[in-house]
Amino acid sequence: MSTPEKREPVNLLLCGVGGQGILLAADVVALVGVELGYDVKKSEIHGMAQRGGSVTSHVRWAQRVYSPLSPPGEVDYVIAFERLEALRHAALLRPGGTLLVNDYRITPGSVTLGQDDYPSAQQEAEIYGERVHVLYLPAMTLAQQLGQVRVNNIVMLGALSAHLATPEETWRRVIANRVPARFVELNERAFAVGRAHALDQLGQGR
Amino acid sequence: MKRLLSGNQALARGAWQAGVRVAAGYPGTPSTEILETFAPMPDVYAEWCPNEKVALDVAVGASYAGARALVVMKHVGLNVAADALFYVAITGVEAGLLIVVADDPGMHSSQGEQDTRRYGKFARVPVLEPSDSQECLDMVAAGLELSERYDLPVILRTTTRIAHSYGLVQVGAERPTMPQGVKPAYRLDPTKYVMLPGNARHRQPIMEENIRRVAEAANSLPQNRIEPGDRALGIVTSGISYQYAREVFPQASYCRLGLSYPAPSRLLKDFAATVDRVIVIEEGDPVLEEECRLQGIACEGKSIFPLSGELSTKVVRDCAERAGLLPIALGDAALPLTPPPLPARPPVLCPGCPHRGVFTTLRKLKLVVNGDIGCYTLGALPPLGALSSCGCMGASIGVAHGVTLAGVAQRNIAVIGDSTFYHSGIPALLNVAYNHSRTLTVILDNGTTAMTGHQHHPGTGRTLQMRPTPAADLEAVVRALGIGQVRVVDPYDLSALESALQEYLALDEPSVVIARRECALLPSARERHRPLRVQLDKCIACGACRRVGCPAIVKSEQVYAKTGKPKSEIDPLLCTGCEICAQVCPVNAILFRNQLDATEGGANR
Repeated sequence: MSTPEKREPVNLLLCGVGGQGILLAADVVALVGVELGYDVKKSEIHGMAQRGGSVTSHVRWAQRVYSPLSPPGEVDYVIAFERLEALRHAALLRPGGTLLVNDYRITPGSVTLGQDDYPSAQQEAEIYGERVHVLYLPAMTLAQQLGQVRVNNIVMLGALSAHLATPEETWRRVIANRVPARFVELNERAFAVGRAHALDQLGQGR
Repeated sequence: MKRLLSGNQALARGAWQAGVRVAAGYPGTPSTEILETFAPMPDVYAEWCPNEKVALDVAVGASYAGARALVVMKHVGLNVAADALFYVAITGVEAGLLIVVADDPGMHSSQGEQDTRRYGKFARVPVLEPSDSQECLDMVAAGLELSERYDLPVILRTTTRIAHSYGLVQVGAERPTMPQGVKPAYRLDPTKYVMLPGNARHRQPIMEENIRRVAEAANSLPQNRIEPGDRALGIVTSGISYQYAREVFPQASYCRLGLSYPAPSRLLKDFAATVDRVIVIEEGDPVLEEECRLQGIACEGKSIFPLSGELSTKVVRDCAERAGLLPIALGDAALPLTPPPLPARPPVLCPGCPHRGVFTTLRKLKLVVNGDIGCYTLGALPPLGALSSCGCMGASIGVAHGVTLAGVAQRNIAVIGDSTFYHSGIPALLNVAYNHSRTLTVILDNGTTAMTGHQHHPGTGRTLQMRPTPAADLEAVVRALGIGQVRVVDPYDLSALESALQEYLALDEPSVVIARRECALLPSARERHRPLRVQLDKCIACGACRRVGCPAIVKSEQVYAKTGKPKSEIDPLLCTGCEICAQVCPVNAILFRNQLDATEGGANR
């Protein structure tokens, strides 16, 4: 398993489509960094972009963080909640960075109107090539199996926790504090299935 | 324990700690969360006002009467409140008055960039600029103290990346307890607060002297600081730009200004004397750069860094490389991949948005539509493409009347939201009535201030602090202005909406259609969501449903045999069951709610 948290800063970017629960997930990532003793900054855009548009949130962990935004080419992890948004933001990764992708497509309007094509899986593979480390995660399916698709964001965080080699307990504590009390158990299960899935992938992949 | 707070949350906490008793504002990205965070705190009063001008007057009144006051708005809101800003600079204050203004470089959610620091110089009002969340908290108290010491209101200017970035904040002591039961008397001082020309002539030089004293104090204020480093390069900077500069030039010397107006002339000159070369890094206008030049400091700023758009570590680094301040790095060649052009994903009207019914109908009628500020500005985007103009809050009605006066061939109308109508649409509609314009105004009444995140307004029946209050009667307001023709329609009912518009367009007098349907994201609306379904065997793949621009309608894998084109499908996770697509389908392939009830049974919903 990689131990990227030894590099500093740890730069993470969460991206997807407005309404997918990205801002809550970014909150959790930032708070985990605080629990781990880092200086933490997080930056996101509210307002108009949230109406079904492309949404990103930057999170940075380090001994001292200045800019709340990670420069392009210096992001260690892109956590993408949607495949096209993964493609759009993968270029921000540093060489050898990791791209965690929710295997889920949300069709943009221009594709529905027939003006653009949604990139095929083959096109995606060609663009990524060997240059970034891509891991697809069926977070929507796993969340659906838990009976609530909305927790797909926490499934993604379970997977991220496995990659970051951070204490599982820290993540669980932060999530339990951050989500409404009646959803704590559901979110704990979502975290567990995401983490287990990623640990499986890591075990088989390396 | 430090807390992770956004700049906006830190400002709210800072206001609470500093004993702010009255806060007012109008929602506007990126400032909205300040009052939303402040309002539920103990022992405070906070309110949404119809607009920023009213909000500033409210805060001025509280300050005159001895209560520390806060007013919050986005940058363009200060244009609305500018009249009040100028008079309160002349009268001065009793208790501290802090005007928080959030700029939006890069125009993430605004009609333009505007550098609020210019207003400081224009109105003789000191401007504070925090560089992170901790400073947001600390500068509230500092600003109120400056306001009280120098008898001036103080502006605290944030930007999107300060307002919506989170950082660790050491929160301070609890709020000072207010004396209970004793009502202080209002200190009458007409020569200071009644701006008759005679009094104003007396106050104007006092104001100039007050701001001169702030400029003198600025040389030693803790918010302005020198961070010595390599003497080869001295950087003058403020706000978020300081953070980007720190990453790009970790070794340089810094003069970081937390009070960006009035500029500390001695501090700047002393700093410049210690370094070989001075550059100014600031987002927006060359405000600090001009101040440096006025002090006779040779410096570079906007000749290196851009005038518009946001700065970032990358922008600062790229510009510095081009100017020879840094060796050229590998740059973009180091990026692992460069994706080809991808389908864009601009914001869209949500599934079930009632505005969709209005814009679908307006497009069909081929009207010239003068729009306004709100979610419905998205009606300008394809496939609806229904707006012909949109400038600022409340502009639609006045502009539409002007278009009518110009005597063009096409029929034109105004479209304005409910919150925007209360903000600044009322005087414009009064003008339409008064001057008996043919202008047809459509008020999109979704019962909330939707774009900024569902804030209450005078028509909702609740205040910011959730107290029940009489809701303004929109039809009665419109009639009282002198509009005789007023009709309420449901924008989900396309034929009723179209016939109402057609009827009013034929009139030779002012008229108003109120398209009333609550925002589909409100909890009360969510309870009624029910996904519709396309009967694929009936779909002829004409694409009419897709042209209403709903994210819930997607292309099916199935094609229509006669044309080979893809049929449509509805994403049940997104669809709310508004039935607008079902109404435009020429072959009734999309089942209405009652048809679904008949085929699937509706009792379980």
